[in-house]
Amino acid sequence: MDSIQKNLLEQISGLHEVPQGAYSLRINGSLYGKNSSENIEIVKKEDKPGIDIYVKAGTKKESVHIPVLLSESGLKELVYNDFHIGEDCDITIVAGCGIHNGGDEASEHSGVHSFFVGKNARLKYVEKHYGSGEGKGKRLMNPTTVIELEENAYMEMETAQIKGVDDTLRETRAKLADGATLIVGEKLMTHGEQYAETRFTVDLDGENSGAHVVSRSVAKDSSRQIFVSRVNGNNVCSGHTECDAIIMDSASVSAVPEIKANHTDAQLIHEAAIGKIAGEQLIKLMTLGLDEKQAEEEIINGFLR
Amino acid sequence: MLKLENICYSIDDNEILKNISLEIDERFVAITGPNGSGKSTLAKIIAGIIPATSGKIYFDGEDITDLSITERANKGISFAFQQPVRFKGITVKDLISLASGKKLSVTDACAYLSEVGLCARDYINREVNASLSGGELKRIEIAMINARGTRLSVFDEPEAGIDLWSFQNLIKVFEKMYERNKGSILIISHQERILDIADKIVVLKAGEIAQIGSKDEILPSLLCAEAGCRFTKGDE
Repeated sequence: MDSIQKNLLEQISGLHEVPQGAYSLRINGSLYGKNSSENIEIVKKEDKPGIDIYVKAGTKKESVHIPVLLSESGLKELVYNDFHIGEDCDITIVAGCGIHNGGDEASEHSGVHSFFVGKNARLKYVEKHYGSGEGKGKRLMNPTTVIELEENAYMEMETAQIKGVDDTLRETRAKLADGATLIVGEKLMTHGEQYAETRFTVDLDGENSGAHVVSRSVAKDSSRQIFVSRVNGNNVCSGHTECDAIIMDSASVSAVPEIKANHTDAQLIHEAAIGKIAGEQLIKLMTLGLDEKQAEEEIINGFLR
Repeated sequence: MLKLENICYSIDDNEILKNISLEIDERFVAITGPNGSGKSTLAKIIAGIIPATSGKIYFDGEDITDLSITERANKGISFAFQQPVRFKGITVKDLISLASGKKLSVTDACAYLSEVGLCARDYINREVNASLSGGELKRIEIAMINARGTRLSVFDEPEAGIDLWSFQNLIKVFEKMYERNKGSILIISHQERILDIADKIVVLKAGEIAQIGSKDEILPSLLCAEAGCRFTKGDE
């Protein structure tokens, strides 16, 4: 790995080197390295780019890292990663993509991640996206996440895209069986001329299933964001979707929360708020000695924490 | 330390403050007066949040009339809001650190919270958001002023929302703050017990200084006026 790649890796995963334990590291369109552990098997797909990750039933307190790095300008790829999480597991998966584009051609990474989470399993999934580089070429990322939660499975998904991605379509589709729970927290910041579109579709099919989808975003300069969240309550269930956005400069944000109840005992709530930073928040921090710019930064950093 | 010279403030021909001239050098100065008399407006003018329509403000001899909120804060003026501001994602520790102007250790940040009667461990990592009650926010607001440790601290109705049990402690907090900073503490208040610790009381009425003097001169007439009012009501 060169220093640019190492920096990308650190930005998206906090890692300085190839991780320990089970991992798969993809650099510039090909598999750089992978490692299986006793309970977690990583297998390269034969029919298309990507990997299958099999986690043995009952695996606890283990983690898998699957970072993707692109540092060559003009590279385009579409990768399929499938995660098969056995029953009663309790694991963490850290994925992410970093693109450094120093050239003039667009670099694009599209990933389709499918999660099959077994009965009573708990999964924490962290996904970070980051772009850097001075080139004119755009940095594009289109992550698709497909989630199937079996009975009483629990999944927490944290996604963050804070810097440097020019164009993104983030699509997440989830189906929940009886007693399953899905918690999604999205953090998004766009600047310059960037465009970000997020689409969530959650089907609460199971009895007593529940979903909580929260997005916090900041749109600066003349960037544009669209947030669409659709929660379908098809059984006795509870669903909550929330979009909270700070808008600045000449940005544009559109929030479309949609809830649909197909069952009388479906309890669904949606909330959406878009607004600029409250003047009183800026004033408070200025009375502590910060100038307006510093105050703004503190407010945004806290909001996206 | 702080000198106000002919401060006026008006909105659309409506005079909120009329020719306020005042010097603040004492330990505790209280500004009191009926609702709408312009007390909070005056406090905000001192902090730089509202610009005076006319008049001058001097801080330690320097003309600060045209200085921004930030510049005044950095010169040594602190301001505690009547209604503390809530933030999403910013924690109590973050705010106290920002107030102190340096990265604080958990122990140091906790010390400021304990001083205002909050069990530090329960609060230090909490977000300063709607999950905190009005009284809790007020105490955090005071902790921030403590952490700043400036020469002039202005409090806009610090007692509002603080339960009676904590009242005596609130006064102790002010006394300790003075011991530490050796500066002036300007408190806007309606509370007799707070007025009682003041070295000087300023009474505002309809945007003007109606009375000014030591506690002994002013407090009896204020209490008498209140009592008189109650009797008049009863007589009717």
